[in-house]
Amino acid sequence: MTTTSTGGDGERARPAATAPRAVRAPLYRPPEFRWEHDPERCARCKRCLQQCGFRAISWQDGPVADPALCVGCHRCEAFCPQQAITIRPNPQYLRPHSLWSEAHRRNLWLQAETGGVLLTGMGNDLPYPILWDHLLLDACQVTNPSIDPLREPMELRTHLGAAPDRLEVAWEGGRPELRTEMPPVLELETPIVFAAMSYGSISLHAQKALAMAAEECGILWNTGEGGLHADLRPYAHRAFVQCASGRFGVTPEYLQAGAAIEIKIGQGAKPGIGGHLPGEKVSQQVSETRMIPAGSDALSPAPQHDIYSIEDLRQLIYALKEATAYQKPVSVKIAAVHNVAAIASGIVRAGADIIYLDGFRGGTGAAPTVIRDHLGIPIEIAVAVVDQQLREEGIRQRASIIAAGGIRSSADAAKAIALGADAVAIGTGALLALGCTLCQKCYTGRCSWGIATQDPALTRRLDPYLGSLRLANLIRAWSAELEEILGAMGLNAIESLRGSRERLRGLGLDRATLDILGVKPAGVGA
Amino acid sequence: MSSRFDRGARNISGCGLSGMMSLRGERVSGTAIRESIAILHDRSNGLGGGFAAYGIYPERAEQFALHIMYYSPQAQELTEEALEAGFDVVHDERLPTRPSRHIADPPALMRYFVSPRRARLAEAGLTAEDYVLERVMHINAGIEGAFVFSSGKNMGAFKAVGYAEDVADFFRLDEYRANIWIAHGRFPTNTPGWWAGAHPFTLLDWAVVHNGEISSYGINRRYLEMFGYRCTMRTDTEVIAYLLDLLIRRHELPVELACDILAAPFWKHIEELPEPRRTLYRALRRTYGSALVNGPFAIIFGRQGEMVGLNDRIKLRPLVAARKDDWLYLSSEEAGIRAMCPDPDLVWAPPAGHPVIGRVGSDRVVGEPGGALAPAGAGPACTGAQEETP
Repeated sequence: MTTTSTGGDGERARPAATAPRAVRAPLYRPPEFRWEHDPERCARCKRCLQQCGFRAISWQDGPVADPALCVGCHRCEAFCPQQAITIRPNPQYLRPHSLWSEAHRRNLWLQAETGGVLLTGMGNDLPYPILWDHLLLDACQVTNPSIDPLREPMELRTHLGAAPDRLEVAWEGGRPELRTEMPPVLELETPIVFAAMSYGSISLHAQKALAMAAEECGILWNTGEGGLHADLRPYAHRAFVQCASGRFGVTPEYLQAGAAIEIKIGQGAKPGIGGHLPGEKVSQQVSETRMIPAGSDALSPAPQHDIYSIEDLRQLIYALKEATAYQKPVSVKIAAVHNVAAIASGIVRAGADIIYLDGFRGGTGAAPTVIRDHLGIPIEIAVAVVDQQLREEGIRQRASIIAAGGIRSSADAAKAIALGADAVAIGTGALLALGCTLCQKCYTGRCSWGIATQDPALTRRLDPYLGSLRLANLIRAWSAELEEILGAMGLNAIESLRGSRERLRGLGLDRATLDILGVKPAGVGA
Repeated sequence: MSSRFDRGARNISGCGLSGMMSLRGERVSGTAIRESIAILHDRSNGLGGGFAAYGIYPERAEQFALHIMYYSPQAQELTEEALEAGFDVVHDERLPTRPSRHIADPPALMRYFVSPRRARLAEAGLTAEDYVLERVMHINAGIEGAFVFSSGKNMGAFKAVGYAEDVADFFRLDEYRANIWIAHGRFPTNTPGWWAGAHPFTLLDWAVVHNGEISSYGINRRYLEMFGYRCTMRTDTEVIAYLLDLLIRRHELPVELACDILAAPFWKHIEELPEPRRTLYRALRRTYGSALVNGPFAIIFGRQGEMVGLNDRIKLRPLVAARKDDWLYLSSEEAGIRAMCPDPDLVWAPPAGHPVIGRVGSDRVVGEPGGALAPAGAGPACTGAQEETP
């Protein structure tokens, strides 16, 4: 694969099917950021030079930045001991136009030069409505007492997996005895898991930080589709091991090692799109973990080539269950698309124990910008319609729902759970906890914070242990906030919030959206 | 209902409760229970009172006794057509009442003794109970202005808008004789002032009275809808009646375990249980998490030959129990008990989540302190795990 580097601002584009002819003389594209340096303060230590993963800074008797290469990740600024560096958006660099936004013009110029598909990283950054910000939670006043989580027990424990519709209990020797065989289940201490992020898309250190934090917090991490590195085997019992279209690193041992298996059909950031890890990122370690030759491109096809319909998915689900003696719950991850409710119903009927819904704001290590920004639907809608559909069919107990793709806070998590999710998954939020500043250049592999890169000089910047402490703190903080929310609502178990849309109200939502969410407008009482 | 929001509209309330039962099955008039609920007058505000009485129709014990209120002649006409189509109506009459200046604008009140028509039963492929349930739901949800407020055998519910003691006088409860009496005085914080919203809430021979607000109403209701229940009464108490019906009648779980589902023990207590009870309790919470009734409640519920008192898992509403000879008493306050029984042998406050269960024919009361059956004081409320076979 020839990835076209356009110089410019570090954007890259993938060539289209018909070979483009790159135009060497670029159009003028003003830089996005202004890199400012105060020579009075500068200690001339050259640390900024070392810190920039994007090689935007050179030394000409002092640091000089090529503003066109600066991605605004703020690494140099953060590490300047003299606070001599300031990075700010380049103000008013183009004449404003409400139709032809700067982003549209920038993308268009880049494509005129390269003839390629534009790439990007992280989640959709366009200003679509955020429904979380139009939903409000209830609280107790007078008629029912709120509960103080510092004084009373508060339960966040969550189970993921199928549950039977009913239990059969017999009386044996004067005691009740369970006659129903319970399906395998995952137990979480709080209704949060880490989203799938593969070794390859993120560094081994980043993945290890996630794994350690998951173990400490009694939650789960997710290998993503990059296989399980030998160093992370001790943490596999707290992991979803993913089986995606590239089938990287999938062996019987791999399937056995995980707490659960996840079949990845789609990803919110790029529904219907496969993955592509360029050969230059396939180091010896990645090669061993993915079981592909070093230096070869790792291609994840858009569909799984043994799944062309729902009955094929059923076969894969049961093949994986057979391979693990029905001891592991099987999750199926799909992107939230227009027909998500019917698709989810089919997936549950095909035997999935968990359905992982990834909304259109979900993050990615690399995706075509046009796909990331324009395909799919919000997770708020997807959770609501899937939960409702499964209830109408009477099969909601057969599978748990994980909601992902734009969960920014414990409040979003509480609202997702009230809409019907069993748990939420956080990817972008977890990376932010590791230092990510959301510069959206993950696809370049040059992450200055050592997260989305395989360059040893960069990855060593992230200490897995310290990273795990930050992640565990985040999980603890959100859990404590969830307890506060539950207490204010007069609840002391998370299952009493799950699917309880009666405790949500919509503000500024149209009637159709309220109906789809199954939520009353603010002002309507019980 | 006129809009989608009416469908979910419901009243929240504080209340007074009382119950009494003879463990020997002895039947007494409604005079004592009236006194008990009268003394709890200040726990209600005159916007609803009601009673359930078991064993009152021994001569027609084989038929389902339907108590129905009508707000229009058309509603009565439509309902009676529906009854004729689905049932053999053995007897029908006006519910006897005593005009009272405290009970305003009563709807038409009728009582029918019915048996499901064999042919219709076979056609529907349902048990008699499920058939009655389905017809009751159909009338309550489908016929404007008609409400079936009692549908069990050899039992009846009586309720109205007013203070409970006036309701007792209105329905002439001094003329009925029952072995279990359950009473309720209501303090709704808002009300459309309608009779069907008063307690007890009943379904087949279940009757529930409730002091509390169900903070988990939203999910309890959606869970029940998966099993075909439709919440139509605009009172959150109805979900408790439906949950009891689902757990005990349809899923055939023992009453003790049903109580441990409604007021589930905390995980930390479950973890302390020895196997195999721990596995059972883990399975109960995994399977029936959506049936956990969260928020403050004290309830008394009854069915033929059985009366149960239960608090929420952290006891946010009062409930007191007492024994005297072969009698079991429950009330929101000790004063309510002493109005029925001036010198009880034993008075106790059941701990959070620990049910008190009395059964006709058994001298033993589940949850009674002193016995080996349930520990007094706060402990893991895993009743089914501690009790012996009912």
